Amino acid sequence: MSIERTPVRFYQVGSFAVGNRLVEVERRSAQSDPGRANSLTSGHRACAGCGEALGARYALDAAMRASHHQLVAVNATGCLEVFSTPYPETSWRLPWLHSLFGNAAAVATGVAAGLRATGRGHVRVVAQGGDGGTADIGLGPLSGMFERNDDVLYICYDNEAYMNTGVQRSGTTPGAARTATTESVGEHPGNRFGQGKDLPRIAMAHEIPYVATATVADLFDLESKVERAMEIHGARYLHILVPCPLGWGSVSSDTVRLARLAHQTGLFPVFEARYGEVTSITPIRRPEPVESYLRLQKRFAHLFNREGEVADRATVALIQSHASHNITRYGLLGDSDD
Amino acid sequence: MLYQLEGSQAVARAVALCRPDVVCAYPISPQTHIIEALGALVKSDQLDAEFINADSEFSALSVSIGASAVGARAYTATASQGLLFMMEAVYNAAGLGLPIVMTLANRAIGAPINIWNDHSDAMSVRDSGWVQLFAETNQEAVDLHFLAFALAEELSVPVMVCVDGFILTHSIERVDLPEPEVVDALLPPFLPRQSLDPNDPVSIGAMVGPEAFTEVRYLAQVRLHQALDVIPRLGERHRSLLGRHAAQLIDGYELDDADVVVIAMGSVLGTIKDVVDDMRAEGHRIGALSITCFRPFPAAAVREALSRATRLVVVEKAFSIGYGGILSTDISLALRGLSTPIHEVIAGLGGRPVWADSLRGVFSDALAGTLVETTFLDLDRSLVDAELARMAATRRSGPPAENVLRDLADVGRSA
Ligand SMILES: Cc1ncc(C[n+]2csc(CCOP(=O)(O)OP(=O)(O)O)c2C)c(N)n1
Ligand code: SF4
Ligand SMILES: [Mg+2]
Repeated sequence: MSIERTPVRFYQVGSFAVGNRLVEVERRSAQSDPGRANSLTSGHRACAGCGEALGARYALDAAMRASHHQLVAVNATGCLEVFSTPYPETSWRLPWLHSLFGNAAAVATGVAAGLRATGRGHVRVVAQGGDGGTADIGLGPLSGMFERNDDVLYICYDNEAYMNTGVQRSGTTPGAARTATTESVGEHPGNRFGQGKDLPRIAMAHEIPYVATATVADLFDLESKVERAMEIHGARYLHILVPCPLGWGSVSSDTVRLARLAHQTGLFPVFEARYGEVTSITPIRRPEPVESYLRLQKRFAHLFNREGEVADRATVALIQSHASHNITRYGLLGDSDD
Repeated sequence: MLYQLEGSQAVARAVALCRPDVVCAYPISPQTHIIEALGALVKSDQLDAEFINADSEFSALSVSIGASAVGARAYTATASQGLLFMMEAVYNAAGLGLPIVMTLANRAIGAPINIWNDHSDAMSVRDSGWVQLFAETNQEAVDLHFLAFALAEELSVPVMVCVDGFILTHSIERVDLPEPEVVDALLPPFLPRQSLDPNDPVSIGAMVGPEAFTEVRYLAQVRLHQALDVIPRLGERHRSLLGRHAAQLIDGYELDDADVVVIAMGSVLGTIKDVVDDMRAEGHRIGALSITCFRPFPAAAVREALSRATRLVVVEKAFSIGYGGILSTDISLALRGLSTPIHEVIAGLGGRPVWADSLRGVFSDALAGTLVETTFLDLDRSLVDAELARMAATRRSGPPAENVLRDLADVGRSA
């Protein structure tokens, strides 16, 4: 029995969400195609404005298009797994496997090996997980998959905390952010500053064929990175910033705006790397100070006063210095060489 | 064909005869020789499989889960700490109903770290939903792997073949390895009940709430219990195709007129049977029962086999700390309503040799009706008492394991 695919019906025109259907056909996004796979279809239980739901649909639809619908997805435990599936209401319209929180990369290795061994090597494999499942509990299996250069595209949906269990800190939670385990109390405003786990750079250190970052704000960029990743065999890593209205304390309608600001402030550098070397960056066209990003999120509310003015100048300056460091390191104000 | 082989080599060749699609493991003694041998078979093109060097046991079983979920025949092997490290995936593989086969080269669990044989690793996962089979000899270890794949795939349950570490895995014995055609006849191609297929997409491993969790779990119990019917049927088929004694749920030895029956699992039955032979020659009515299939527990068959015994001695290589024998608890449940006395003998922990003389002493006491309920075979009581005394005398008495070994060295010096 094969799946019946009813064309998607659009109620919006010319919006970012459906990938601007007004441009010429060849420049249209996979999302704007009414025949798109709709890999993660509607009816799931994500919060309104969930960046992870958006990112997963964008990425998997692009991967489905690139693989001619010959795709298997492996999912780590986390919001994406929980909101998409309670039996019998799965929203997945592709073969999908959830095993555990920390083993998605290894399970995907097994899927790829099993397919190859049984003569179905043309079927491609995507593994996906949140930042917790990727940076923390699943880092060992992920690193093993990279080091063996297994034929898996791993996608991390980074919402910068353990959202599924109620917004606790993860290894990618930024400094000063309030989470349920890094409350802002007195002298200790939110998460402490450290290096964090810079997953794209950890992936690059394995010198795998392809590493890229993207946000849900730039659909074309995200889709084209998935497509490029799918042209390559071996271990590939895509790190997508996915704002989480619930965990960040932001307005649902600000998800795409926040993702764009994360890029424009320099806090989230958008780039591609091959075999450990950065090969292209997405330049910041309209630079923004970090305040305009932080102000929209309750997790940083303790840095501002009631009037919305910066109250904790030192901390905001520190965050700005992180952004500036990224801008220098990746040359984000220069022209893209892409 | 007959070979003179190390147990691990024999197991590896048996696994290769089962034509696994994906072999993935992580090294740990005493399992290493098995995966090394399989790696060599793949490298030398004698086995056409994906051989993956995992980064941990957790990954090794996770790779097997992924492979099995796309309908590939998946195999892994581990022991002791490795099994504990993959624990979350052990339960997951069973919960998903994936027919993975694992060799467990039985080894003690630390601390204190100890690489030698006992059964505490297998016992730690007895409730996980895997079939657990125990091999008595290297030949049985070989044959149980053919059975394991056939059983796993017929029932969609994972199967663990428990092979005593070092005692079997590292001993060289004669084994008969069948021709590939024979194994092919024993093991039909794998037809998965569920498989990830782009042409027929399903979601595997989604959440199930209180409304159906009991039923899903109950089905797992039903599927595992089906093994109690399938194993004898497969055993019969193996017997006819291999032309030798093949696996059963349990195996009786001199049971017909036995008053005292000794029950055990794995290689220790070799010694037990020798002692039984000696004691029989002296006119004692003693027999032995080997539990080959520990999970699912063949309670009805055990009850039937033990129905005329008047006293039971369970020799086990593990125990539940804080209670006692594990196998003996299962035996007593199987004999519910009968009043046959059951004695537990905890033996062979962390590789302690199980001497025939020591067993003989215990069995003689059982025949004489003087055996206590629980015996720790060859326990050095003086070492234990010395440490207990030290703990009573000093708060900061130090690491108990080191104290015991220091005392042991002193005992050695003064002797
Ligand atoms: C071994 C294990 N530890 C902890 C959990 C509980 N748990 C489930 S999801 C989750 C957090 C997920 O965070 P992340 O990976 O960032 O995904 P998100 O929900 O944020 O998308 C945690 C801690 C678990 N399921 N398994
Ligand atoms: S908590 Fe965040 S990640 Fe989870 S469903 Fe809601 S918006 Fe999405
Ligand atoms: Mg997260």
